[in-house]
Formats: sequence, structure tokens, C-alpha cells
Amino acid sequence: MLDWMNWTQPVAIFFAVIAAILAGMTVFEIVSPCVERKGFLPIATTRGDRLFIGLLSAAYIHLVFLGVSEVSLWIALAVSVVWGLVLLRWG
Amino acid sequence: MSKVPDNRAWWLVLPVLLLVAFSALVPLMTVVNYSVQDIFGPGNAYYVGTEWFRDVLRDQRLQESLLRQFGFSAAVLAIEIPLGIAVALMMPKGGIRASLCLILLAIPLLIPWNVVGTIWQIFARGDIGLFGWGLNELGFSYNYTGDPVAAWFTVLLMDVWHWTPLVALLCYSGLRAIPEAFYQAAEIDRASRWAVFRYIQLPRLRNVLVIAVLLRFMDSFMIYTEPFVLTGGGPGSSTTFLSQTLTTMAVGQFDLGRAAAFSLVYFLIVLLVSWLFFTAITHMDKER
Amino acid sequence: MSIQEKSRSRGLGITLFIVLLMTPIYWLLNMSFKTNQEILSGLTLWPNDFTLDNYRVIFTDPSWYSGYINSMIYVVMNMAITLVVALPAAYAFSRYRFIGDKHLFFWLLSNRMAPPAVFLLPFFQLYSSIGLFDTHIAVALAHCLFNVPLAVWILEGFMSGVPREYDEMAYIDGHSFPRFFVKVFMPMISSGIGVTAFFIFMFSWVELLLARTLTSVDAQPIAAIMTRTMGASGIDWGVLAAAGVLTILPGVLVVWFVRNHVARGFALGRV
Repeated sequence: MLDWMNWTQPVAIFFAVIAAILAGMTVFEIVSPCVERKGFLPIATTRGDRLFIGLLSAAYIHLVFLGVSEVSLWIALAVSVVWGLVLLRWG
Repeated sequence: MSKVPDNRAWWLVLPVLLLVAFSALVPLMTVVNYSVQDIFGPGNAYYVGTEWFRDVLRDQRLQESLLRQFGFSAAVLAIEIPLGIAVALMMPKGGIRASLCLILLAIPLLIPWNVVGTIWQIFARGDIGLFGWGLNELGFSYNYTGDPVAAWFTVLLMDVWHWTPLVALLCYSGLRAIPEAFYQAAEIDRASRWAVFRYIQLPRLRNVLVIAVLLRFMDSFMIYTEPFVLTGGGPGSSTTFLSQTLTTMAVGQFDLGRAAAFSLVYFLIVLLVSWLFFTAITHMDKER
Repeated sequence: MSIQEKSRSRGLGITLFIVLLMTPIYWLLNMSFKTNQEILSGLTLWPNDFTLDNYRVIFTDPSWYSGYINSMIYVVMNMAITLVVALPAAYAFSRYRFIGDKHLFFWLLSNRMAPPAVFLLPFFQLYSSIGLFDTHIAVALAHCLFNVPLAVWILEGFMSGVPREYDEMAYIDGHSFPRFFVKVFMPMISSGIGVTAFFIFMFSWVELLLARTLTSVDAQPIAAIMTRTMGASGIDWGVLAAAGVLTILPGVLVVWFVRNHVARGFALGRV
């Protein structure tokens, strides 16, 4: 029944990681509820907001790497992860 | 009104979650899968990594249709928003005439999109259409199937015809929500018509305007049916917008991998813009 | 300018706008009553040779009128499904704070903003694989993609307008939640439900791309039949115009029923 979805391993890993992040954040939220605060971003954000901004900008970072350069996407991934962590901590 | 924190509310949201997950998440996962493979048929697919994305991002045709799309959306907003406000300001304040206006204004919104295309296809033709015939009689050489400028003009006019009523209705309801006392105060101050608009009406319209801009941006950004019926994207590819390029690729040429990669890029653009708007709206709600 | 003159010029402006708005529709109506010879032989502002033949074609040919029936069926199905799932969800969003509520809300809305073209292909595959291709329920489910978020959004606005005290009073009176919801709460927001139904109807009725892709024969919507007929043996302008006129009528009827509530629905700024 799932044949038509044409699952491939990298995509499965991708979605598994996203699901794991979401689950982790939910548990984190239950254990220690977060308060909205203002960091270097122009608006006050919660942890969830910063996660979303991080993921969305990660997608764009990858697109930019693909669109204008030939360098390996692992670099884009590294940049995204660092940026995501910065965002979660100080955003 | 303060809300009660209660995680049991999840049970009430669950049906929506399941339904939307079924109709949005499963297809989204499928698109991601397609986008990294070259698919020749069922069970005959090769993993190609990010090649399709590289391809799509550098495709001249797609870049052109993206630019065209942004141009179209910008033009739509620049015309429909001011015109909608003007119409809303002119509408009667109440009674049977107001109801009549509301109903007549709502009619274009309730016509199936392909029929909107058909109406304009008929209306704008030089031989059997009142509009096309009239323009030609007035001495303009107007032919929307042959001339890119005329085609653009017609598609734009059709969209203005179709969607300005929505902006007008939104603004009208925003205006109705302004308490009469504000106008009385303005009258005592002998405020000019312009001052009333600028300092009383416009600030109060801010919320509905944000929503009108959001809706018009989103819907014009995914416009497909109307220009498809009216011009078929032509002449050449002068009125081919993003959705049509995508649909041709996916259904017409059955180029699944490329279409999927393109879909994801398209989706990311929409996601970013709608997030910006959404944040702006909720931010304003908080300020109030 | 005196006040009277001002209001007269405003009345003139709005009348002009509405006349311009109605002209293309008038032209469609006009053409639907003409014979094809008259349409092609020259421009006439009203039918000289008034005929109902174009409408007769539609009402007697099953391949035409079944399109209307199909469209009606999936629109009604979609309305039912959407309202059933959206009502409790909107209540949850308007009354409670829970983990991930804001993000869930945004995710729902992002589906309203996703171009249907993006979902075309996977939808086709999905509904084919579960054997629902070319059924009314497939189109109804597909339209939930944009109608459910919309319904939740509109209903949430209406529900937030009802003070919490009503809920609490009902609980004190000993109503259980489902009973309270159906007997007490829903009547209070009936106009909201009406407006929501109007918008669900509207967006499901006007959509073509998904409806056309998910059907071939048995559940084909009228909109798709119209595009198909245009290709065969030239274009039968008269019948096409008549079919177009008939697709406008249901919308006009619906807007007539909710005319007093539409302005309020818009007032919430949630379309």
C-alpha cells in the first residue's frame, strides 16, 4: 500500500529526525515549560517559535547552497545546525 | 479573554489533526520522496540525491515564471487594495441597499474559477465579446490571444474583477465596526474628509487590510485556473504563472522528480511569506 | 460640496462599480439565450432570436447535468466532514491553552496557503492506491485540505466572542460536555456556523484543479465537463454560456440565505 510513496532511506531518516526533534521538544516543554522572551530576533519568541524559525532558515540555507554553489551539502548542514543552536540559545 | 491551560484539549483537536495529516502530511512526505529520485514507473526509480533541486533552482524557465508570478501578485495587490477600500467607502451604510450591494459584490466570488475564465474569454474576444469588440471599435488594436501586453492586461483585469469585491467586503465590515462616536467627534472638530479617512478609518482598517493583503497575496500566488482557461498561459509563455508551470511539468510531461523538487521550493516560498504575515497579525493582536 | 451632493457622488461611484462588475455576467447571460448563429454573426446587445435551446441541451443530456449533481454531492459531503471535525477543534483553540497550540494553528493555516498544484500528484497517487479515485468522497476529502483550516479559523473567531461564563453556567446546570456543546453552545454561534458553511461551500464549489484531477467519469464536476466540451468540434458558445450561468445560480442562492451574516463574518476578518 505504501509502494506509491517511493520511500528512500535518506528521506525516511530526514522525517524521523524531524519527528524526534518535535517529540523531544514536547517532552522538554512538559518537563520545563518555557517562557516567552526577547533575544536578538525582533519579536518575542517561545522555544517552539525559535525551533520553527531555525528549521525554516535551515531549509533556505540548503537551497542557497544548492542554487549558487557546488560545495557539499554537509557544509550547509553544519552551518544550519550551528545557526539553529545559536537561535535556540540567544534568539 | 484568558484561556485555561489544559492539555486534554488535544482530544478535541485530534480529528482535525488526523484528517489534515492524511490529506497534507502524507502527500508532503511523498513529494519529498519523489524529489530525490528519478522515477520511470512503479518500482522503477533511481536515487539521484539533490540533483533535481540543483536543476530546478537554475532553470531559466522557472526563474522567469517566478519573476512573472511576483510581478503579477504585486500588480494585483497594488490595484485591488486601494480600489477595494474606495468601493467600501462608497457603499451605503445600511438598509436594503446595503444588502443588495453585498449580494451583488459577492457574486464574482462564487463563480467557479474556470467559469470566470470562460466569462472573460467570451467577454474579451474581438468578434463575439462586448469588451474586445468595444475596444476595437474605439480604435485600439486589442487581441488578447496574440499580443502579450493585451493578454497581461486581460488577465489582470479579470483578477481585479474577480477579487476586488473580496477586499471591498472585508473593508466594508471593518468600517462598520467603527463606533459612530468617532465620526461625531470628527464632525465637532470639523475634520476634513481626508483627515477622517487618514486618522479614523485607516487605522481601524489595519487588521482587515493585513488579512486582505495576505489572502490576495496567497491566492494570486497560486492562481491557475483562470489564466489557464483564458489564455492557456500564452501567447508564448507570457502569462504562464508558477502553478501552471508546475502542473504542466507534473501532469503534462509526467516529470515527477523535477516537479516534486519544484513543489517543495514553491511551498517553502509560500511558507516563509505566510509565516511573516501570520507573525505580523498575531503580533498586532498582542499589541492591542 | 454639500452633504447631499457628497452622498450622491458616492452613490454614483458605487453604482458605476457594480454596473461594471455585472457587465461580464450580463454578457454571459445574454449569450446563453442566443442561438450560435446569432452569436457568431455579429454583436447584439440582447437576444433577437430568444431561445432556451442551450438550457434544454444541459437539462436533457446526462453527461451535462450529472456534472451538477456530482459537484453538489461532493460539496455537501465536504461541508459535513469539515463542520464535524472543525467545531470541536475551534472550541479547543478558543478556550484552552495547550502544548503546541500556536504551532498547530499555524500549520493548519499553512495548508490553506499551500498551492493545490503542489498536492496534485501525490493526491492522485494516494487516492488511487486506496481505491477512492473517481469517487465523490475523494474530492470531498481533498477539499478538506483548505476548508478545514479555514473553518477552524472562522469558527474560532466566533467562539471567542462568546464569554466563558456561559460554558461554566452550563456545567453548573449539570450538562455533560457533548450535550452542552450541541444543545447550548452551537445554537449560540449559529450565525457563525452559517457563515462558515457559506465559505466552505464557496471554496469547494469554485475549485477545479483538484476536483478535475481526482475524477474521470463517475464523479466529474461540472467545471471539468465544461472544459472538456470546449475542445470537441469547435466551441458551442451558447451551451457553454448556459452552463456557466447555471454554475452561478447556487452561489447566488447561498449568498441570499446568509446575506445578513456575511458582513459579520467578514467583520471578524477571518476568511
